[in-house]
Amino acid sequence: MTLAEILASLFPAGHDIVRQGGIMLGSGPLKSGGRVTVVGVADRTPLGVDDALVLAGHVLAAIDRGGKDPILVLIDSDSQRMSKRDELLGLNEFLAHLGKCLMMASLQGHHTVGLLYGHSAAGAFIATAMSTRSLVALPGATPAVMDLPSISKVTKLSIEALQEKARSTPVFAPGLANLAQTGAVLATWDDKRSLADQLQALLDAPATPDDQRDRLGKERKGRPKAADIAARVHDLALR
Amino acid sequence: MNPPTDGRRQSPSWYESAARDRARLLLDAGTFAEFLGPEAREMSPHLGIFDLPRQFDDGIVVGRGKLAGTPVFVAAQEGRFMGGAFGEVHGAKLVGLLRAARDASRDGGTMPVLILFDTGGVRLQEANVGELAIGEVMRAVIEARRAGAKVIGLVGGRAGCYGGGGLIAGTCSALAVSEHGRIAVSGPEVIETNRGVEEFDSKDRSLVWRTMGGKHRRLLGGAELFVDDTIDAFRAAAIALIERAPAFDLAMLKAEQARLAERLKRFGSCADGLDVWKQAGVDDPAKVPGMPADEFIALAQHIGEGRHDAR
Amino acid sequence: METLSYRHTAARRAAGARPMAIVGVVASGNLEVLVERVLPGSDCQVEISTPVTGFAKVWEAVITDFVERRSPGGLRLSINDGGARADTVSLRLAQAVRLIEEDGR
Repeated sequence: MTLAEILASLFPAGHDIVRQGGIMLGSGPLKSGGRVTVVGVADRTPLGVDDALVLAGHVLAAIDRGGKDPILVLIDSDSQRMSKRDELLGLNEFLAHLGKCLMMASLQGHHTVGLLYGHSAAGAFIATAMSTRSLVALPGATPAVMDLPSISKVTKLSIEALQEKARSTPVFAPGLANLAQTGAVLATWDDKRSLADQLQALLDAPATPDDQRDRLGKERKGRPKAADIAARVHDLALR
Repeated sequence: MNPPTDGRRQSPSWYESAARDRARLLLDAGTFAEFLGPEAREMSPHLGIFDLPRQFDDGIVVGRGKLAGTPVFVAAQEGRFMGGAFGEVHGAKLVGLLRAARDASRDGGTMPVLILFDTGGVRLQEANVGELAIGEVMRAVIEARRAGAKVIGLVGGRAGCYGGGGLIAGTCSALAVSEHGRIAVSGPEVIETNRGVEEFDSKDRSLVWRTMGGKHRRLLGGAELFVDDTIDAFRAAAIALIERAPAFDLAMLKAEQARLAERLKRFGSCADGLDVWKQAGVDDPAKVPGMPADEFIALAQHIGEGRHDAR
Repeated sequence: METLSYRHTAARRAAGARPMAIVGVVASGNLEVLVERVLPGSDCQVEISTPVTGFAKVWEAVITDFVERRSPGGLRLSINDGGARADTVSLRLAQAVRLIEEDGR
């Protein structure tokens, strides 16, 4: 789906989302009657210090307005912007700040929903998609924590050998199915159905405040150990 | 073994020490107790796919102890094993510790957590689960802080604090960094590989230090304290930072928004670390890289942005 | 990966009372040795996991020599090897026994 098609399906009654270079900001009406704040990265734009701060400001403003309106994060990004200037200025703080604002919103009762409709990678993926409470995807999304050529370079294994290994495990190779199996992606939506309906259904579902991703990864047999290890350390530490 | 409180002996180098020794010597003598230590043999279930050797603790030590008499949790990454990178087990141990700090801090108490960063970021052989672990760690840090825990990051290891490690550092309540402590998202080689040597020459070590090294991070306000490369110095910093670290609330996030906006305004057009330092008020920026730690700490106290309570 | 296991009977039990100790790190040319006081009498066991295959004879010689010199009775030593040379292996094994024989903890 194109971004225009996605926005039309999410907000058939219209919206006030505006593009600002590679990012988007605004809001739209929900089927239930409220409004959803929207932030996003479009056109596979790399996320740098300037855009990250604008997005964070929009999230903070939503928290500041009070209420419990949900926040939707639309994602079709590159990785973090890789440049001398970004690192000189402390990109880690800017990306972490955006993630923190999204997590604060969630703690304040705003249901934060990530909608991964295109690409995303590395630091940009962590600061946006991974910082939402519910991450969903559209078919055809192409998240890639690390691309196979980069993995090939470090591991000194051919792309073919890596592809062969990727058949038996979701833990390293790029792709939506792999990420979903590890528990990172809650659900993949149906692009033939109204996205507004699917968003509303997600928002209406009972809230789960705690991080469910390690348990999901275990159920889906994509992350065999994480949930148990975390629980064991937790229990030992509180003993 | 030298107890960290014994001032008559030379405190060991943080950089040269192993993760478990850093954790043990940072805390009050004899108080460190490890959770799921090497004897539990909780190793990576994935490295075997790549015919790579595993480590009994998957490259991270987590446990509890006392710091100047106060109970704390501690996590220490081992930068020499797989570059200290986050894999499934490695990340889950830190997540479990932070969730415990959250629960221990809920009823008005507070359980500080010290994270001894030494990491290149995500472990490539476990890229998806490593990345997800970083997302979970960040959320666990925020939930712990929201419950009242102070989460202090100490950065001065061999592998630096790169990739997702840099993002986790950005969620901490406060950071102490030594000269060796590099904090960044994209490492020098990553920028050079993707953007070319004209953008960043990863072999130019002084450029690396000026762009992501400990002194630059301190002058920029990316770390609260700069410390000498000794375990004693990091211990003193951890004690001081637990004392003064800010709470995690909306006011703090707004202050951070303003702090970062101000940074873009002041330094956004600087081409090099030297320009940033000049702009920050350092009279002779060229002297900063060679400056001994004590002299630099005195300088940073006068002009740096270390004390902002906005992280 | 290759796993090797050797059992010996040492001349006497290792000194000290510590239940376990660990030395080294799994990195190129290095290794970690986990030593645990879990075996009866003067039994000694060494288990090795290594990515470098075909060196069983060298390992056997190094371990035999170690058991004779250090007499690690009652100890199980578990090695994760990162491709260390024989002299590094000997050094780490000796360090591991020295550490578990130390007083304290």
